[in-house]
Amino acid sequence: MSFDDIDRQLVLLLARDASQSTTQLGRRFGLSQPATWRRIKRLRDLGVLTTRRLDLDAQKLGFGVTVFLGIKLATKGRVSLDDFERAIGAIPEVQTVDHVLGLYDYRLRVVARDLADFERVLRRRVMTLPGVGDVEANVMLSEERRPGPL
Amino acid sequence: MFDSEDRAILRQLQAEPGLAMPDLAVRVGQTPAKVSRRVERLQEDGLILGQRWDVDWRILGYSVFVSLRVSLDKTIPTAFDDFIKAAREVPQVLEIQTFLGRVDVRLSLIATDLADYQAVYREEILTLPHIADIEALMDVARVKANRDLPL
Repeated sequence: MSFDDIDRQLVLLLARDASQSTTQLGRRFGLSQPATWRRIKRLRDLGVLTTRRLDLDAQKLGFGVTVFLGIKLATKGRVSLDDFERAIGAIPEVQTVDHVLGLYDYRLRVVARDLADFERVLRRRVMTLPGVGDVEANVMLSEERRPGPL
Repeated sequence: MFDSEDRAILRQLQAEPGLAMPDLAVRVGQTPAKVSRRVERLQEDGLILGQRWDVDWRILGYSVFVSLRVSLDKTIPTAFDDFIKAAREVPQVLEIQTFLGRVDVRLSLIATDLADYQAVYREEILTLPHIADIEALMDVARVKANRDLPL
């Protein structure tokens, strides 16, 4: 698989704004609309561009709190990781689940309306799952995404 | 500021951002003209910020994903600003979050392999200003990554 500079620029632009038309995008590189479309299609077929996402303002939609949770499983070996992952992933407020190596076994990103709502999710949904041991919560204050090494 | 009809539109668009206006209108049971106006207003009011593509960095040759949990030296008033400014200059950093809790800042970092990671960690990360403590967690698998809001 090879990617040239135009491919990399396209990925960079689409990772930031997926609403631009292929005509607009092509113009930046002096490419025709069909040529641009073919490049984007190839990037999708190869799996570089995976899913189109809608970016919403969580605050304005009433989700004032985002918390990163580190979870350590208490009874490793006795709990099925598949079951745990399925159960934790099914909680609507849980936005991301990553299996990690290190201080914790799982990292969760959880949204809630406010801290009281977060406590409800934590106590009723997360802590009640079998195998949950140590939990560390860090309340997010700010976030920025970087374009990455393209 | 937004009602149940807006919520229905946002729910559909969140699940399928590329949805054409006529299809969206059918799903929420309104006329396309009405739905278009609502979507425009949601954009103007900043509830919809935009659309973007998720990138799979593994296909681009990056196989190592690390989460760095950083504590900063809080005796220095500009510690956060200095650290974040410098972290932005590291191309391998994909996300920067600040927290209230045990961790001050989290960096999400990618590298092509472990040797590359070691080089970036030593030369670019450990040289960032005002680090009091740093912990690395390696991502083994993404279980859920949609970041959807429970609308």
